[in-house]
Amino acid sequence: MNGPPPPRDPGLQPERTRLAWRRTTLSNTVAAVLAVKTALHTRTAAGFAVVAMCALLWLAFLTLAHRRIRALATADAGGSPRLTPRHAAAATLCTAALAVCAAALLF
Amino acid sequence: MSEFVRNVRLWFAPQEIRQEGRTPDYRFSLANERTFLAWLRTALALIGGGFAVDQFLPDLPWAWRVGLALALLGSGVLCSLRAVNHWVRCERAMRRGEDLPATRFPALLGIAVAVVAVAMVVVVLVGWEG
Repeated sequence: MNGPPPPRDPGLQPERTRLAWRRTTLSNTVAAVLAVKTALHTRTAAGFAVVAMCALLWLAFLTLAHRRIRALATADAGGSPRLTPRHAAAATLCTAALAVCAAALLF
Repeated sequence: MSEFVRNVRLWFAPQEIRQEGRTPDYRFSLANERTFLAWLRTALALIGGGFAVDQFLPDLPWAWRVGLALALLGSGVLCSLRAVNHWVRCERAMRRGEDLPATRFPALLGIAVAVVAVAMVVVVLVGWEG
């Protein structure tokens, strides 16, 4: 009598998650820009090396966010791929490494 | 502490978390992901605050400046590590149908931020007098 259950409407959840990744990338950009400002202030070779590291970390986070956003956008309504712990750990490591770079820039 | 080590292992082993319990509603997983990202932004804001203390308070004594900056950066690291750990714990609790983990981390972070803010007020007042 009953047909197959209708596919679940994901609503705005994927979009909200996508925007959350965008906001986090933006926060990361602000922190990276502050790192560049610090290095321009001290103007040492070591400082610029640390800033290059910060730029790489920012690029890594951008890539992670982009891949996650792509996965959320291309998924069908039934079940989008979930965030894997590895992906989450990589994003966290980018953030923590940025803090370590910041501490290195202090000296 | 062994609980924490077990969680750390889970960060890098997505297949293990999938074997447990039932798959939760997709929307709950996404809400958990957004909470994780919000904590990551908090961590980034703390790190940005560390940069700002170093950059925009040049008149402070060196020890105060570096101490405050390191405190902010350290709490940023702590916040980001805790973000992924809490995400794993919530994901697992949802799979097992348990209550979400209780945590006193927000209270501790709130108190830490308040202490740093008071320290900044003291530093600015002392700096003006000196």
